[in-house]
Amino acid sequence: MNGIMNDMKKDSTTVFGFWVYLMTDFVLFASLFAVYAVLHANTFGGVGGKDIFNAPFVLIETIILLTSSFTTGLALLAAKAGKKWWVLILLLATAALGAAFVSLEFSEFSTLVLEGHRWTQSGFLSAYFTLVGTHGLHVLIGLLWMVALMIAIIRHGLTQPNMRKLLLFSLFWHFLDIIWIFIFTLVYLFGLL
Amino acid sequence: MNWYSLIFGTLSWSQLPQNPIAWFGACCVLLGGLVVLGIITYNKFWTRLWKEWLTSVDPKRIGVMYLVVAAIMLARGGVDALLMRAQQATSVGDSQGILTAQHFQEIFSAHGSIMIFFVAMGFMFGLINLILPLQIGARDVAFPFLNSLSFWLFAAGAVLVNVSLVLGDFSAAGWLAYPPLSELAYSPTVGVDYWLWSLQISGIGSLLSGVNFLVTIVRMRCKGMTYMKMPMFVWSVFGAMWLVVVSFPILTVTLALLALDRTAGMHFFTAGFGGNMMMYVNLIWAWGHPEVYILILPAFGIFSEVVPVFSGKKLAGYTSMVLSIMAIVALSFLVWLHHFFTMGAGADVNAFFGIMTAVIAIPTGVKIFNWIFTMYKGRIRFTTPMLWFMGFVVLFTLGGIAGVVMAEPPADYQLHNSLFLVAHFHTMIVSGVLFGYFAGLTYWFPKIFGFRLDERLGRRAFWFWLFGFILAFGPLYVLGLMGATRRIDHYAAATGWQGWFIIAAIGAVLIACGFITQIMQLVHSIKCRNDRRDTTGDPWNGRTLEWSVVSPAPFYNFATLPVVEQRDPFWYSKGSQLLKQETYEDIVMPKNTSAGLIIAGFVFLCAFGIVWHMWLLVGIALLGAIITVLVRVFSEETEYVVTASEVERIERMHTI
Repeated sequence: MNGIMNDMKKDSTTVFGFWVYLMTDFVLFASLFAVYAVLHANTFGGVGGKDIFNAPFVLIETIILLTSSFTTGLALLAAKAGKKWWVLILLLATAALGAAFVSLEFSEFSTLVLEGHRWTQSGFLSAYFTLVGTHGLHVLIGLLWMVALMIAIIRHGLTQPNMRKLLLFSLFWHFLDIIWIFIFTLVYLFGLL
Repeated sequence: MNWYSLIFGTLSWSQLPQNPIAWFGACCVLLGGLVVLGIITYNKFWTRLWKEWLTSVDPKRIGVMYLVVAAIMLARGGVDALLMRAQQATSVGDSQGILTAQHFQEIFSAHGSIMIFFVAMGFMFGLINLILPLQIGARDVAFPFLNSLSFWLFAAGAVLVNVSLVLGDFSAAGWLAYPPLSELAYSPTVGVDYWLWSLQISGIGSLLSGVNFLVTIVRMRCKGMTYMKMPMFVWSVFGAMWLVVVSFPILTVTLALLALDRTAGMHFFTAGFGGNMMMYVNLIWAWGHPEVYILILPAFGIFSEVVPVFSGKKLAGYTSMVLSIMAIVALSFLVWLHHFFTMGAGADVNAFFGIMTAVIAIPTGVKIFNWIFTMYKGRIRFTTPMLWFMGFVVLFTLGGIAGVVMAEPPADYQLHNSLFLVAHFHTMIVSGVLFGYFAGLTYWFPKIFGFRLDERLGRRAFWFWLFGFILAFGPLYVLGLMGATRRIDHYAAATGWQGWFIIAAIGAVLIACGFITQIMQLVHSIKCRNDRRDTTGDPWNGRTLEWSVVSPAPFYNFATLPVVEQRDPFWYSKGSQLLKQETYEDIVMPKNTSAGLIIAGFVFLCAFGIVWHMWLLVGIALLGAIITVLVRVFSEETEYVVTASEVERIERMHTI
C-alpha cells in the first residue's frame, strides 16, 4: 500500500500535529494569563483575589485533577498491555474525577455569583472568570471526548485508531493539568499572598 | 424572556437597510446569490458541484475554492474602496459627498477587514493549497479533512460579512475595532459583533490551516528533500505557518475577550470598571504585526520561484534567503509596538521597537538584492509573472523606505494616523502581497487547469494596476505630509487637498479597470483554452517538482513518489532522459466528506445567533457542530484505494 502516508507514519504525524495544536492552545492560555496579569489589581473598588480565594478548596480541586492525570497514565499503560476492561475502568475513574473537578469549579463560580461578585463587576473578576473558566471549558470538552472514546472502545476494542485517540486524549489531559498548575500558582497562590 | 426574543433575538424588520446605497448593496448580494444559484440549477451542476467540489478534500480543489471566494471578496472590498475614494474626492467644503459619515465609517472598516482576512488570507491559502503538496512531492496535506474544514470556516466567515449588508449594519470602528469605540457603550448595534464573529470563525480556520501546513512541511516531504533542498516557496510558507501557529491564538483570545465585553458585560477593555483599552491595542498588534508577515512571506516565496525560472538561472543566495526568512519570522514578534508609538510607553520602549523595526529592513533588503542578482546576466523572459515582479520590486522598495522613515518614533509622531501611513501599508500589501499572488496565480495556473492565461490581457491588467496604484497612492503620501489624517469623511476647501484626492480617485478607477481586465483575461482564457493548452506539463521551463507531472495535475499528484537529490530537482533531471515508471501500485487516498461543510455551516449559524442574541439557535447549532465533529472523528472508513490499473490508465491517458 502506498497512500499519502503509511499507517505508522500517519499515526506519528497525527501525534505531532496534535502537539502543534497543543502549542497553539498554550499560546492561547499564555495570552489569557497575560491579560489576567494586567488586570489582576483592577478590582474597581470590589473584591480582590484575597477576599474570594479559598486555599483548601482549591487544593482539593488540584489534587483531584492531578489524580485524574495519574489514572489517565494508568489507562494508557493498560491499553499498551491490551487490557480493554482495565482501560475502560481507568477512563471511567478519570471521567469521574474530571466531573468532580468541573462541579467543584462550578460551585465555586456559583457561590461567587450568588454573593454578588459577578464577572460584570470589575476587570479583575472578568479576567479571573475567563481564565479559569476557559480551563474548565477545556476539561468539559475532555469529558465529552472521554465518553465518546469509551463508547468507541466498547464497540471496536483497542484498535489502532482507538489507541491513537487514547494517546491524543492523554496528551490533552496532561496538558490541562500543566495549565492548571499555572493557574493554581499564578492566580490562587499569588492571589492569596 | 419571551418566545419571540428566544427565537429571533434582537432581529426585527427595522434592521433592513435604511439608505439607497445600502439598499443597493443588499440587492447586489441577494441578486448575485440568486443568479449564481440559478446558473448552477440551469446547468444541472448541483450533483457535480457537491460531489467534486464542495465535499472535496483534494487540496487543488480546495485551493481553487479559496481563490473563488477571495476573488468575490476582492470585488466587494474593491467597491468599498471606490466608494471611499468617491467620498473623499467630493466631500469638501459645502458638499457632503455621497455617503453619510456613519456609512463611510462602516465602509472603511469593511474594506480593511475584507481585504486582509478574506482576500489576502484567502488568496494565500488558496495558492498554498494548490502548489505546496506538489512542490514537496506529496500526494496530499497531512490532514485532508482538517483542510476542508479550514476552508469552510473561512467561507462561513466571508458569508457572515456579506450577511451584514442585508441584515443590520457592519462595524464602524475601523478594521481592528479599537475599544472603547468598539465597546457596547459606543457601538450599540450589531456591527461590531458581525466583525468579531466573522473574523473569529475565519481566524480559527486559518489557525487550523497553519497547523496543517506546518505538519505537512515537516512530515510529508518526499524522500531526499532535506530542509535545505526545499523550494523557496516552501520555505516561505514554512516561516509564515510558524507565524500563524504562534500569533493566531492571540487573535482568538483578543476577539473572544471583546465579544465577552459586548455580550456578557465583562470589563476587559471598557473605559471604566477596571478595564484596560490599551491592552487590546497591544494584544491585537501582537497578532497583527506577525499577520502582515504571514501575508508577505509567501509572496516573497512566489517571487523566489518566478524570478529564477524566467531568468533561466538558479536562485542567488539560497542560504541567505532561508536565513532572511527566518530572521523576519523572529523579528516580526519584536516590533508590534511601532503601531502605537504615540501611546506614550516612554522613550526607551519606543527606541527599542523603533530599532527592531528598522532592522527588519535588512533581511528584506537581502531578499531584494538576491532577486536582482538572480536576474543579473540571466536570460530574462518578460512574461506577466515577471512584470508583476518588476512592479513589485520598485514599489515595494519605495514603500519599505517609507516604512523605515516611520520606524523612527519622532517621525512617527508626525505621521501617525496620517494618509502617509495609509499609503505606506497599501504599498506593502497591494504592490507587495497582491502583486506577488497575481504573479503566483499566473505562474501556476496551467498546472491546475491545464492551460495558460492569456498574456496580452495579463499585461494590460498589469499596466492598469501599476499606474492605477501609483496614481491612487502617490497622492496619499503627499496628502499625509500635508497633514491629512486617515478616515476623514469631510474636509475644508481651504486645505487644498481636493485635487490630490481626485487624482487618487482616478487611480482607484484605473485599478478597477485592472481588475475587470483580469476577469476578462480569465473568461477569454477559458474560452480559447485549446490555443494555450499545456501538453508538456512544463510550460515555463520550470525547475521544481510540480512541473514534473502532467497538467492539470492528477488528483493523486504523483503516480510514484519522487526521490530528490538536489535543489531544483526537476531542472537537473531534464538533461538526462528520465525512465518513465512502468509499474504502478495501489494508492490510498482520503475520501471526500461533507463533514467540514456541515460543521462550518453549524458554526456559521451559531455565530449568526450570537450576533442577534438568538440563544435557541446558538444552542441548536452548537449541539449540531459537536455531534458532527464526534461522528467524523469516530468514523473509520475515511479512505479508499485507487488501484494500480486505474493509476496506469490515468497516466497513459496523459502521455499519449
